[in-house]
This record gives sequence, C-alpha cells and structure tokens, in this order.
Amino acid sequence: MRQPTGSAYFMEEHHEPVTPHTLAILVDNEPGVLARVIGLFSGRGYNIDSLTVSEVSHEGHLSRITVVTTGPADVVEQIKTQLDRLVPVHSVLDLTLTGRALERELMLIKVKGKGEMRVEALRIAEAFRARVIDATVESFVFELTGKPDKLDQFILLMTPLGLIEVARTGVAAMARGSEAMEG
Amino acid sequence: MDQNVIDDDAEAVAPHILPEAPAGEMTGAEIVIRALADQGVEHIFGYPGGAVLPIYDALFQQTEIEHILVRHEQGATHMAEGYARSTGKPGVVLVTSGPGATNAVTGLTDALMDSIPLVCITGQVPTHLIGSDAFQECDTVGITRPCTKHNYLVKDVNDLAQVLHEAFLVATSGRPGPVVVDIPKDIQFASGKYVRKENVRHKTYHPRLNGDPDKIRAAIEILRGARKPIFYTGGGVINSGPEASRLLREFADMTGVPVTSTLMGLGAYPAASDQWLGMLGMHGTYEANNAMHDCDVMLCVGARFDDRITGRLDAFSPGSRKIHIDIDPAQINKNVRVEVGIVGDVAHVLAEMVRIWKASKAQIDPAGMADWWRRINSWRARDCLRYRRSETTIKPQHAVERIYELTKGPNTYVTTEVGQHQMWAAQYFRFEEPNRWMTSGGLGTMGYGMPAAIGVQKAHPEALVIDIAGEASIQMCIQELSTAVQYNLPIKVFILNNEYMGMVRQWQQLLHGGRYSHSYSESLPDFVKLAEAYGVKGLRCDKPADLDATIKAMVEHDGPVLVDCLVDKMENCFPMIPSGRAHNEMILGEVSEETIGKAISDEGKMLV
Repeated sequence: MRQPTGSAYFMEEHHEPVTPHTLAILVDNEPGVLARVIGLFSGRGYNIDSLTVSEVSHEGHLSRITVVTTGPADVVEQIKTQLDRLVPVHSVLDLTLTGRALERELMLIKVKGKGEMRVEALRIAEAFRARVIDATVESFVFELTGKPDKLDQFILLMTPLGLIEVARTGVAAMARGSEAMEG
Repeated sequence: MDQNVIDDDAEAVAPHILPEAPAGEMTGAEIVIRALADQGVEHIFGYPGGAVLPIYDALFQQTEIEHILVRHEQGATHMAEGYARSTGKPGVVLVTSGPGATNAVTGLTDALMDSIPLVCITGQVPTHLIGSDAFQECDTVGITRPCTKHNYLVKDVNDLAQVLHEAFLVATSGRPGPVVVDIPKDIQFASGKYVRKENVRHKTYHPRLNGDPDKIRAAIEILRGARKPIFYTGGGVINSGPEASRLLREFADMTGVPVTSTLMGLGAYPAASDQWLGMLGMHGTYEANNAMHDCDVMLCVGARFDDRITGRLDAFSPGSRKIHIDIDPAQINKNVRVEVGIVGDVAHVLAEMVRIWKASKAQIDPAGMADWWRRINSWRARDCLRYRRSETTIKPQHAVERIYELTKGPNTYVTTEVGQHQMWAAQYFRFEEPNRWMTSGGLGTMGYGMPAAIGVQKAHPEALVIDIAGEASIQMCIQELSTAVQYNLPIKVFILNNEYMGMVRQWQQLLHGGRYSHSYSESLPDFVKLAEAYGVKGLRCDKPADLDATIKAMVEHDGPVLVDCLVDKMENCFPMIPSGRAHNEMILGEVSEETIGKAISDEGKMLV
C-alpha cells in the first residue's frame, strides 16, 4: 500500500539527499552517558555508522564521543540539538560543517594464505603502509591507520587474498586549525 | 507462602532505629529529608516498600514534609504532576525499587511529554546486590533513561545531597521535566556529609533564558509588516510562569493580534478576550484552524508544532512566515521549518518584544488587520461548537457547559482524563487564568485526571477541583478515591458516562465502518455504589432537567464527590481535522452519516 506522504506521522519520508556527518561530542565521564547518547539515536530512529568513545581528560572528567551518522541536513541538525540538550553533554560539533575535518581510523586485519597470495598481500600492505604486527607461516595480522575509505579499499584488496578477520576502531576526528573545541 | 518474607525485608526490620550518624554527618535517609526541606518541599506523594524503609523512617521522625500515601505509584506521579502544574513548583514522588519504580514509569513519561517538573526518588536494592536479580530489583536508571529529562544512581552517600539539589535544578529549569534519583538501601543507611543547595553549581547544564537580541529584532520586523498575523501559544507560556501569561496578554493587547492556543496552553490567554480564537488543532475551533492556515505571520510561543496541531505537514499554514520562541533548542525546526527561531524563556523573550514594540511605537497595518478580523469573524459565524440539543438525553457538551457556568471563577481548577470528554472540556470550559487546567496532552494517559485532581487539591485546599472524566478512563486509577478520602480532599469527579471508550468508538465509526471492536464499556460498576464503598458521596444524573441540581449538589457537598452522569452514547467530538488533512479541511458537527463515513481517506486511515 502506498504510504501517505507529507503527514506528521511519516516524518522519516525524506527525499532530500543524505550525507554522512561526523559529530564530536564532549561529555562528562559519568556512568550511563554512553547509553544516553546511543539511546537517543535508537529511540529517535537516527543512524549510527560508527561510534568511538574514550576519556580525553582524566582531571576534567571528560570523554569524547565521535559519531558518524547519515541523514539529510535538517535531521543531522536535529540530532545535534537533541544531543546538546542531554544534561551531561558539554558541547557538540558537526565536524563535517567545519570543513575538511581530520578523520582517522585504526584497523587490525588478519589474512591467511600461502605462496603467491601471501607475497601479494605483503606487497599491497607495504603500498598502504600497513604494519605487520603478527605473523605465522600461513598468516599475517596487519595494522593500518587512515581515513575510513582507505581502510575500505585495503579490505577490498585483501578479500581475494585470504582475508579472514577485521577489527576496526571507528573514526576519531578533529577540526583543522589552531582552535580547540569548546568544552 | 508469603513471597515478601525474604532476607532483604528481614534485614530491614533488624535495626529498629537508624544508626546514629557521626557528628557533622547524617544518614543518607536524613540527607534526603533535609535536601527536600531545603528545596522548600512541603508535600510528597509516595508508597513505601523494602528499599525505601530508611527514608520512610526518617519521614516518620520529622514534621516539615507531609507525605501523602497513594494507592498505586502511577497515582503518585499524576498527583505530583497536578501539584506541579497548578503551582509552578516541582512535584515530588517517593517510591520503592522494582515494581514501585516501574509503576511510576507512565507518570514520568507523561511529565516528560508535557514538560512537568517532577523529582522522583526511587529506592534501590543495596549496592552490593545490584545486578544480582535481587528481590524487587530492576534497572531503574536504565528503564527511566528515555522517559526522564535526567536520572541518577547514587553510589556514594557523600554525593547524595549534591545529586538531589542538582535533580531539582534540572527538573525545574530550562524546559521542565521529570528527574529520577535512584538510591540504594545501603546508601540510605550510610553516613555522609550534607551540602546545602546554595553550594551546588552544575558543570554542563546552563539553559539559556534570554533570547538572541538580533533574532528578537528580526521577529519584531516581520510582525510589524504582517497583515494577517496570529499568535499560536502553548504550554511553555504556562511553564514560564504567571509573568509570561501577563506579558502575552500585554503583547496581544498592544498589537491586536488574534491568539489561539494548544491544549496545554489553555488559560495563558483569557478565553473572555475578543482576540481569543479558542483552541487549535485536531479538535480546535474552525476560526483558529482557518486563521492558522491563512495567516501571513505566525508567532509560535512555547509550543512545539505537535502532530495534533499541524495536521498534514505539507499543507500546514503554507503562506506564513514563522517565528518560534522555545526554551528547548531541539524544538526549533523539528517538525516545521521556521524563519526565526528564538531560543529562550517565554517571559524573558516576550518582555524584550514588548519593550521594543513600545519603544519603536510599532503598529500593524490597521487596514490589513481590519480585513483580517473581518475574515476571522466570518469563520466565527460558523459557530463551530454548536451541537444538537436534546430534552431527553444529556449531551456531553451541554454537561460541560453547565459545569462551567455553575463553577466558573478564579478558584476553580479542572483536570481531565483522556478521550472525548477531555476534548469537550477543552472546548466548552473557558479558562481565564494559567495553571487552572491540568490534562495529559502529549502522552494521552487515561487515568491521569483523578490523581492529578488530588495533587491540585493538596496544593490548593480551598479551591474547587473538578476532574471531568470518562467512565473508561476513570477506572484506570479509581483506587485513588481512597487517597482523597484518607486526606479529606474534596475533589469532584464528574464522569461523562457514555458506556464507550468514546474516542476509540468515534475513530472506529470514522475509520473502520462502525465495527466497534472492544470499545464498549462492558460490565461497568455501579459508580454510585462504588463511590460509597470508598466513602465518597456518589450522585447519578440521567436527565437534562436534573443536571444543574446535580452539579450544585456536587459543588456544595463538603467532601469528595463522584457523579455518574449518563450522556448520549453516540455523540462525536467535532469539529475535527481528519487525519492526513489540512487545517482548512475540517469536518464540523451536524454532518450526515455518509459524510462521516467518507471523512477520512484511505491514506488517513493509516495514521493515528
């Protein structure tokens, strides 16, 4: 059945272009704060493409959460204001709007293979400046840091060469320039 | 075997008195009482249980705070809501762990949706038992996280006072809402330092009160150029305090702009004013909705463009420039894009607008306004709240009109349950002052009205407090009649009994071919006898001729009264914007059965 459009009940029916946005969220490092942030995303039907969290100031009791989300501009704006009003949230910054923000992700990737495949895997790893951090006679574990699309590309190339396991950290991001994110 | 005879309770019984706290310290339970007293709390609504016994013991040994014992924790939360809504002060709830906390969830969600300041203290199993599936354990902070503005689990008694003061700060400031403080039993017994509320500052939470001056000026400029302006006001005006209502009146007066309001905002602007258009939205008036649709400038004050207000979004007030004042930044541009969004407290922003308007001697084009009022008056001439009168059966609208005529005055407070009777109360009872109207708007909680009336009555012992109810809703919290009797609270419950869950039945008639699936109130109790069983005076009325005498008897009786008023069973609530339609596509009363059947399109039937 065709869904009615333009009604208040189908606000999700967006036809605007969706783009990925990277949000940096400074929060008080208190129990449950991550659950609040994640609960807001699930409760309001927003996407989480990746999420990282870690304490960034022990004395200041601050954690930084980096969320990559996808949505139309107005939904992302809504996500930002909804996050901002959570009580333990200090500030929220949409890094995608600040210009070419710095984004890095770390990946561990295990490749199993022999002979030509193994040599080829090592050769590509070198080209990507991936480090070998574990090796057996028939496997490697590579460590690779970079932008998410570089990591995607590496996975793509390793897949036919015996890729058996991937662990990724999600994106850590920061704005360029001399300004710090306000706390 | 009695399931309650278990270790945890046994442990609670063993120390007959609370352990003495060392000098300069207090027990956690004493800290709770002290913090509440410091916050100016006079009444709390609660229900004891194993995990809050130390707090109840501390309550027993003091006289500053009066505790009202409820019959179900949901009742406690609604009482606290009624108390808060009618006073502007926070409502305070005290319940035990597990079922005590889960029963409070409905009221907490209701308070979140309607921005009501509540502080709910929940007991929790001792810290070392958390996570062990202990008796009456539940993850209270986990369960209440999405239905509170904020919540806390206190794990150190030295944090307790700070957390409680923070809870009051968060609940009452910014956009108000419910806050839960979960206190494990061992923390209630432990001794720690008390911190006074003056010493508490919040690290991250600083809601903004003053609006951006540039945006306020921009809003004034837009308003000044209007020819067909409207003020669309909401519960935010009430929450901002009496000064906000006063300023709204002043601003409307000096600009001459027509005013409409959401369900939550009724009373902020006086119904007696010539500029009052009545409520807007799904069951709003013809003039209010048409004016919203056709206006050229809309000033939204403390409302949130809820779906009951906007109807079909892409047809919502298509030609207007919109200005939105809200203390919650997340409400701006949420459902409807606005040209100017002013984040700030309604009273602060309106004061600034009034000041600028006065200083600049601004005026809206008189010719344009005269024309606008002519159109509004032509819509008013439709008399959209007209209904077919009857000599033989009581029309529910007529009953509300008579209640209004016989009880109106600044000392009358009205609460409602949820459904048709709620909409009739909103349409036919006229409010002149803020804080006189308590209803469950956002969540639509059946069972809200009677406990809310108890809370209102506790806050205003001399007031006339009427719960306009339905026979289905009232049964959801009927046990609280016992609370009204225990505390001698003379609330008046007026049931518009049509033997149906009326709004469900109306939608089934409109949307589902009149197949009244499970909406008939089968096996109704004899409400008069039920009232008498509780020690409440019961009255019944089934003839229009007896209506006035019954209402008078209800008001004059010195004590709680329940009236079972038998009304027309098939009456529908009109006017109505059918789901999926625009503001200018209303159906009015007195339409044919055929029109009613076709009122809602197939697409509209998908909506709620």
